[in-house]
Amino acid sequence: MSMNRREFIKLAGISTLVGVGGVSVFNKLQNNALEASEFTAGPEALNAKQWAMVIDMSKFKTPEDYKRCMDACHSTHNVPNFNNPKDEIKWIWPETFEHAFPGQEHKYMNEETKEKSFLLLCNHCANPACVRVCPTKATFKRKDGVVMQDMHRCIGCRFCMAACPFGARSFNYRSPRGKDENGQPLIKEENPAYPTRMLGVVEKCTFCTERLAIGKLPKCVEVSDEFSKGALVFGDLADPNSEVRKIITTKYTIRRKPELGTEPSVFYVIGGNDYAIVPELL
Amino acid sequence: MYDSGKIIVGLIIFLALVTFPFYNNIGKVNAKPELKIDTPEIQKLPEQERKCVETKEFMRGGHMQLLNDWRDSVVRNGNRVYTNSAHKTFNMSLQNECMRCHSNKKDFCDKCHNYMAVVPYCWDCHIAPKEKKL
Repeated sequence: MSMNRREFIKLAGISTLVGVGGVSVFNKLQNNALEASEFTAGPEALNAKQWAMVIDMSKFKTPEDYKRCMDACHSTHNVPNFNNPKDEIKWIWPETFEHAFPGQEHKYMNEETKEKSFLLLCNHCANPACVRVCPTKATFKRKDGVVMQDMHRCIGCRFCMAACPFGARSFNYRSPRGKDENGQPLIKEENPAYPTRMLGVVEKCTFCTERLAIGKLPKCVEVSDEFSKGALVFGDLADPNSEVRKIITTKYTIRRKPELGTEPSVFYVIGGNDYAIVPELL
Repeated sequence: MYDSGKIIVGLIIFLALVTFPFYNNIGKVNAKPELKIDTPEIQKLPEQERKCVETKEFMRGGHMQLLNDWRDSVVRNGNRVYTNSAHKTFNMSLQNECMRCHSNKKDFCDKCHNYMAVVPYCWDCHIAPKEKKL
């Protein structure tokens, strides 16, 4: 078969048209999505560049004060109690100074700080190690800085648990819907407005994204405001006028393991009083 | 062929067993699942508000796609409000919005899913509303 240049160009042109046209017709036929529908954030949603929290330990007077925050969080989010410290699921939990801030302790430290329980939760790092290692992108950083966990995608590989230097992630070694040895449900009272998790997924604190979306502060902050005002302060780290920034710029705060470079967004005010100098010496 | 008698008889029995489900069901009409959309919650709504987020026809064929889009929007983008083609807004939540009206998971979700033999994993985590008797 012989073909001159003119015929070749004609044929090539026609087949290009058919190809391009065909694709668009095919796409039109396939597209049954709803044209007018849209997804928006809702009018009350709180926005930020990087949500952050300041925890003022001096405002927690008794263990009940922080226990209230923990219980409120865990019952709101259907966190199961496996009655076994090895399998414990924790979104917000107490820890000693030595364990929370390793390397900072010394033997002459005041007893109160040494024995006090520090309230720990996911640090929602600016540079999270867990997000980097997740093979399915089940954990990811939202544009408001929250390190979020997509339970639909989690395959339970636990890379994130190995990567997180803060122990903020817990694995469901058992079904949280199950019952303990005494026949009691592992989730004492289910909150019907929030899902549970299933066997084999990793979970952690989400900074209450479901509450931020309707203009509410995280549950622990709300509860602490009632009983120990100012113990937990929540706000936008990128906003110089936010309450968290005001505290961070005026008071001495520490973060957990800053040397690892994950840039935690949870700050701790440690001092028993607001002075850098012991008042008796003044 | 050696043992042709045994082999042919064996083959016939084998074929009869394998095709049994087909000829056993020939001519029989399988009852289609009838979904119940008359929960107490829906009955409480005024007549003109008894509409799902999209048309019945769309929901029937595309609810799984819609739920998938909702999940991606809520979990990954943090957008929780859905504006439908009639410009009405809804809180995108299976557990708190869909099931608020369709409070009969057994007669609504399960009936069709069981008939089609599909096992979506929604209820491994999401909490189904308590079944009420009508």
